[in-house]
Amino acid sequence: MDLFEYQGKQYFARYDIPVSKGDVAVTVDQAIAAADAAGYPVVVKAQVQVGGRGKAGGIKVANNADEVRTHAANILGMDIKGHVVKRVWVENASDIAEEYYASFTLDRGAKKHLLMLSREGGVEIEEVAEKNPAAILMLHIDPVDGFPAAAAKKAAVDAKIPEAAQQGVADILVKLYRCFVEGDCDLAEINPLILKPTGEVHALDAKVSLDENAEFRHPEWAEFQATVELDARELLAREKGLQYIGLDGTVGIIANGAGLAMSTLDVVNQVGGSAANFLDIGGGANADVMAGALEVINSDKNVKSIFINIFGGITRGDEVAQGIVEALGRVDLRAPIVIRLDGTNATEGRDILKNAGIPESKLTSKSTMLEAAEAAVALAK
Amino acid sequence: MAIFVDQNTKVIVQGLTGGQGKYHGLRNKAYGTQIVAGVTPGKGGTDVEGIPVYNSVAEAVKATGATASFVTVPPKAASAAILEAAAAGITFIVCITEGIPAQDEARTYNTLVRDFPKVRLLGPNCPGIISPGKCNIGITAGEIAQLPTAKGPNVGIVSRSGTLTYQALYELKQLGIGVSTCVGIGGDPVPGTSFIDCLREFQADPETHAIIMIGEIGGSAEEEAAEFIKSNVTKPMSAYIAGVTAPAGKKMGHAGAIVSGGKGTAQGKMDALRDAGVKVGHNPTEAGSLMAAIVDGLS
Repeated sequence: MDLFEYQGKQYFARYDIPVSKGDVAVTVDQAIAAADAAGYPVVVKAQVQVGGRGKAGGIKVANNADEVRTHAANILGMDIKGHVVKRVWVENASDIAEEYYASFTLDRGAKKHLLMLSREGGVEIEEVAEKNPAAILMLHIDPVDGFPAAAAKKAAVDAKIPEAAQQGVADILVKLYRCFVEGDCDLAEINPLILKPTGEVHALDAKVSLDENAEFRHPEWAEFQATVELDARELLAREKGLQYIGLDGTVGIIANGAGLAMSTLDVVNQVGGSAANFLDIGGGANADVMAGALEVINSDKNVKSIFINIFGGITRGDEVAQGIVEALGRVDLRAPIVIRLDGTNATEGRDILKNAGIPESKLTSKSTMLEAAEAAVALAK
Repeated sequence: MAIFVDQNTKVIVQGLTGGQGKYHGLRNKAYGTQIVAGVTPGKGGTDVEGIPVYNSVAEAVKATGATASFVTVPPKAASAAILEAAAAGITFIVCITEGIPAQDEARTYNTLVRDFPKVRLLGPNCPGIISPGKCNIGITAGEIAQLPTAKGPNVGIVSRSGTLTYQALYELKQLGIGVSTCVGIGGDPVPGTSFIDCLREFQADPETHAIIMIGEIGGSAEEEAAEFIKSNVTKPMSAYIAGVTAPAGKKMGHAGAIVSGGKGTAQGKMDALRDAGVKVGHNPTEAGSLMAAIVDGLS
């Protein structure tokens, strides 16, 4: 789960990482109140999860309430690369002497934590990595050892952070690591991490991605869940507890297992079609789950055909077929189904479908994934 | 022969008294696996259909001489269960639990590497391992796996995805091709056992003559495997990578299946494997038929 900047800053504040005084606002009046409280000058920042906000005009400095009014009115509702701005973050503007970069992630290859620290901040780190890789310190940390203060100080020195800022950077690194580990982040990034002319080091931006698997031990994440931007299909899928990702094609996909679902998207693409979604119904595909899945697919107006791809491993083909028959009784589908049912008890399953009296215009059965994909794509054209 | 587990492997089930543990533990036993004990704290002295249950792994190991464990406990308790098994002398741990936080996984993995270097963890979030006709630990339906033949050729399977593993087993069965061992390494960001660990074992296993590898988007495990294959694997291989059409930045069902910052794409992985001499199929069926052609050439 990716957080908005303001949520990331609020999350950082829980771990005592210094961030600018500010507040989030959804209206112009709220923005002015936030600015008055933060103290002028302020920065009004669009809250969208996409890069290039500044260039798009989504970040503006305001010296008084009138300027806040103008900027907030412009930015709220602005479209930045397809993301509509619903909130602005208004914070006290900082004087900047220098800009650095710091982040913690998990390096999957090394199976260790990875600190990336650079004295060249304020630009995309990928850009620095390309132009001047020597300017980035990459340090692996064994999760069993953790990241003590001495290691943080050494990292700041090794990354050639100027001496005046080393201690301040090291202090923040220790806190950011705690936030990363105890806060169950996939990514905790500060860019830029700034040195103020007064000598303090401070997080001017926050990019935080949380590991959903750790949700059970973070009740405070509930407020973040509330702002996750889902389309109507994704909301319905979440209500039904389904693993669903909306896409923009015309073939609705239902498969059991994440790997098979991904594979189904690929095969549809391979034969010239495009998938409307990713949907994994998991191991036990009973009638309730199948009906829920069909409802979600049915709510997508772009869907012209539905490809159900089931491989019976743990799931038995006859149970799946029974589920589909029951589900068809409950959901009135707009698009025809092509099903590929294979694996354990597939023959019994196909017989159940054949004997259920469903007209062929509504349901076709194919024996291989490729044939089924071809049929579904043909129906979607 | 087979890799990691065979007919002599004695297995305990941590969480045998739970719904999942009981269902799969009994199925594994019915398949012929030596399921010798269960472990559930507080339920020691009871039994599950004749399988004795102990309070701790240490007690179960002492009483049965088990060397392998099947961990089926919920995410909150899984890390502790894995470390308990390692401390009690278990050397092969299969963890099917889905939903363990990545931070816990990373800490557990590195603790095992440091304190219990002889212990192998398979998973978490994996379907398990089956050496057909000998041993089945996990959730794979044993009947879809073709038995290996004495003279071969037999195929080894290693996969990140559960359903695609079953698919591979099923397709080989349809073609009458025997399987030496099928290992599901799981779809999480920090798997205990990697593609490379399995490839090394398959290369050394005289009963395995060819290898199918099934990967998916996210991370760099397939690219690392490709590098390893170039200089260490001489047995013929076919492969399939799921997620060619997956959008960037979305976790595709598995916690580890995500393309981020242009890294971890299916195309990059397929190119790396092709470059290492592996026959790469565009879908699981094609990987199966590519393997059938390889096997035809071997026999």
